[in-house]
Amino acid sequence: MEFEFIVEGGNFIKAGTASSQLKKILKQLNVDPKVVKRVVVALYEAEVNIVAHAYSGVVQITISTESINIRLVDEGPGIPDINLAMQTGYSTASSEVREMGFGAGMGLPNMKNNSDVLNITSEVGKGTIVEMSFFLNQ
Amino acid sequence: MKLREVVDLLNATVVSGKHHLDSEVEYSFASDLMSDVLTIEKDNILLLTGLANLQTIRTAEMSEITKIIFVRKKKATPEMIQLAEENDMILIECDYSMFKASGMLFNAGMKPVY
Repeated sequence: MEFEFIVEGGNFIKAGTASSQLKKILKQLNVDPKVVKRVVVALYEAEVNIVAHAYSGVVQITISTESINIRLVDEGPGIPDINLAMQTGYSTASSEVREMGFGAGMGLPNMKNNSDVLNITSEVGKGTIVEMSFFLNQ
Repeated sequence: MKLREVVDLLNATVVSGKHHLDSEVEYSFASDLMSDVLTIEKDNILLLTGLANLQTIRTAEMSEITKIIFVRKKKATPEMIQLAEENDMILIECDYSMFKASGMLFNAGMKPVY
C-alpha cells in the first residue's frame, strides 16, 4: 500500500495533516496502537520540520505486512551538519516555530527514538531526505 | 480522579467534549513545549499547557491525549475546538497559573508521568 502527501513549508495550520491521515489508515489496518503512536509521533516531528525549515516537501509512505516505510523529501536549505542537528537541544528554528511549541532541538532525537531505522541525507541549498522504517510483528 | 472533580477543583470551564466529564484520569503532564509532550509514552493522561494553538491539538492527537487543560487564562480558538471535536477530546480552560493548577491537582492525588 502506498500513500503520498504534500507538505507546505511555513504553513502551520496544515502541519500534521499527513500524520493525522496516516493515523486513521493504520488504525483501520488494526496496527498495534503502540506502533501507531511511534509512527505518527515520528512522522509529525518530521512534518513539523519541513513546515519549520523547508519550502515544500513530499511524504511517501509504503505499508507492507512487515514494515511501514516513510520517506520525506523536501526542497529547502538543507542541513549543513547532520550530527550537530541530531544533538538534543540544538536548533536553528525561528521564533515563530518556537511559539508553536517546537524548536527546542528535540525533533530529530525523538524521530530516532521512535523509529527502528532513521536515515538522513542532505544537500545544503537543495534539500533534505529523511527515511524512517518501523518494523511490524516484533 | 474524575474530570468533573478536576474542573470543580480548578474552577475551570469545559469548552468542548462535556460528555467526557465522568471519565477517569490518573496521570498528568504539564508543559508548554510540544516536543516534550511528544516524548510521553503513557496514554490517557491529562495535559496541562499554556500553549493554545492548533499544534497543541495536533500534538495531543498524535500522542493519544484526549484531555487538555489550558492554564493562565489561555483560550481555545474555534479551529482548535473543531479539531478537538473531530478527535473526541475534552478541552478545559482554567484561569490559574500552571504552577497553581499543577499543585492543586498533585495535592488531590493526580500522579506525575515521571
